[in-house]
Amino acid sequence: MAADFLLQGETISRLLVGLSVTLRISLVSVALSLPMGVLMGVLFTRRNPLLRAVLRVYLEFIRVMPQLVLLFIVFFGSATMLGLNFSGEVASVIVFTAWGSAELGDLVRAAIESIPRSQYDSAYALALSRRQAFLRVILPQAVRRLLPPSVNLVTRIVKTTSLCMLIGVVEVVRVGQQIIDFYRFDYPYGALWTYAALGLLYFAICWPLSLLSRWLEKRSS
Amino acid sequence: MHWDLVGSYAPLFMTAARVTVVVSLGGVALALLIGLLVAVIRLWRVPVLSVVAGAYVEFSRNTPSLVQLFFLYFGLPKLGILLSQEACAIACLAFLGGGYMAEAFRSALEAVPVVQHESAQVLGLSSRQALQHVILPQAMAQATPALVANVIFLVKESSVVSGIALADLMYVAKDIIGQSYDTAEALFLLVVSYAVILVPLSVLGTYVERRFADGC
Amino acid sequence: MSASATNHKTALEGEKSLSPVLELRGLVKRFDDHTVLDGIDLSVRAGEVVVLVGPSGCGKSTLLRCAIGLEKIDGGSILLDGQEVSGRERSQELRSRMGMVFQSYDLFPNMSVLDNVMLAPVLVRGADKAELRQRALALLDRVGLADKADARPATLSGGQQQRVAICRALAMDPEVLLLDEVTAALDPEMVHEVLQVVLELADEGLTMLIVTHEMAFARAIADRVVMLDGGGVVEEGDETFFDAPVTDRAKAFLKTFEFHRDR
Repeated sequence: MAADFLLQGETISRLLVGLSVTLRISLVSVALSLPMGVLMGVLFTRRNPLLRAVLRVYLEFIRVMPQLVLLFIVFFGSATMLGLNFSGEVASVIVFTAWGSAELGDLVRAAIESIPRSQYDSAYALALSRRQAFLRVILPQAVRRLLPPSVNLVTRIVKTTSLCMLIGVVEVVRVGQQIIDFYRFDYPYGALWTYAALGLLYFAICWPLSLLSRWLEKRSS
Repeated sequence: MHWDLVGSYAPLFMTAARVTVVVSLGGVALALLIGLLVAVIRLWRVPVLSVVAGAYVEFSRNTPSLVQLFFLYFGLPKLGILLSQEACAIACLAFLGGGYMAEAFRSALEAVPVVQHESAQVLGLSSRQALQHVILPQAMAQATPALVANVIFLVKESSVVSGIALADLMYVAKDIIGQSYDTAEALFLLVVSYAVILVPLSVLGTYVERRFADGC
Repeated sequence: MSASATNHKTALEGEKSLSPVLELRGLVKRFDDHTVLDGIDLSVRAGEVVVLVGPSGCGKSTLLRCAIGLEKIDGGSILLDGQEVSGRERSQELRSRMGMVFQSYDLFPNMSVLDNVMLAPVLVRGADKAELRQRALALLDRVGLADKADARPATLSGGQQQRVAICRALAMDPEVLLLDEVTAALDPEMVHEVLQVVLELADEGLTMLIVTHEMAFARAIADRVVMLDGGGVVEEGDETFFDAPVTDRAKAFLKTFEFHRDR
């Protein structure tokens, strides 16, 4: 039942390299999703029916499809259909940015729409213009409501990047598999310990984010 | 895109869709049970158990489903716990979903005003009776939108079971792409299959969200 | 300042000009095919306090919302100082010269009390911040809330929030102040502190159009009472309205505030 292979320097450094790939995909995707998601959410509250319809279809498609399907479409599909050969990591960033900005766009829309009508009335009654009311009164309140679910979205993205291994990205779970393979004969319990360790590793990243999100939520209410 | 190929692959996807649906249904049913149980344990603050339940919820929600699945499928056999691929897939969705369902139930249970508990108490109902006849019926309405959202989430997450070579929709698509390079056809059928399963659920989700918007 | 409202009326009678500050002519407002306001004529003279009463759903609040341009009107016109301001493009000018306080106060929860008061003068008038700050603090001081300037609205009681909302409207120096059931959402013990502030404003000669269900307050503050029902003005008068209403509908309405027990 020994698990000392997990504590060997080489194992740890390999896991850290894998983890850095996981975090790189997550962080780049989150950073790209932020401006795109906010833009999408604001556009969604506009009255233009054509714009709404196009955004709606895009949003619904991205949100209803499993992320793994999206990964397959971008990784395998773009090569066949568009002649574009993305590396697994680039394909992953594309997918998680598309997904992240769609989810964030929906959160932004919901946050804006959750601000009561009476806040607009108050602002208008004070003679603020539509633009002033939106930028100075509505948006700051929406951002406060937006923070907790956005932090949650980051944890969802971090967790979901584990799927990237299924399109050949050597992120932390794939590294784990390699380690299990490598120690297969010396450590028959390798799979048990390695997956447990991977679980703990993700937990160590995602749980604090979940706590942060909950804290933000409590503070804002 | 070759439509004749699409036609010839379609039956494969029909069979695979059945696997996806069966695994999802099994996972959802167990997740609902676990979720309700965990939520009630935490609502009643059952000693010891509620701490365990809390830890379970945090762990199931803050680790990737793929890692949970690999642990169940590759890790547990080392301890002599051997599960079939299907059982493993369902157990994984149940473990993952249980945490999400528990949170949906819990926030709905907590949203029922304290006065409702007190009213039931002063009428002489036991806590079990109060839960069953007064609290749960009110909480269910409140919980429904989140529960439906979780069902959609779990069906989507079921795509990871292809990672343990269970022949679900993802697995079949991957197989066709790997074997015959009919990528466009495979992806088309994959998207259509998931759309057929998920779009009605998503529409239902939007409906219940509107219908239960005020928790009634 | 604590002089009774009846006194202020006689004292200020001479100062009141006869030209209306706010005038509604043939105001029509429909929601779908339900006509809420069916050709209302109403004018408020400078320094005058007009109280609107009437049963729930008679369109009192809608009238205020139309007057300040929050609702699009379906007919008639709104005049401010004899100038038509009902056109869509002019609604912002209209608003900057009027103020409104809502039933549910609706302070901006993300700003301090002081910032709530200062926001509109800064954004709309481009007011000098340092100067405005003094004025805003003076306003808050007048309603007894100078010590709450840096507090968030959520930490204040309903009565305090409503007094801040009044300051927020006053900071724009409105020519007319509209009050929409400003005490309806308050606990009984807070009603008085808010209405006291409104009475003081009346004493200072502020022009106001007030919707209220507080009949004692209405009687105390009104120079003129206007009762709305069925989309139109049912009856109009001074405080005699309360003691000797003329129309049957006014009688029936006032009866709903009385209680008798047959022994």
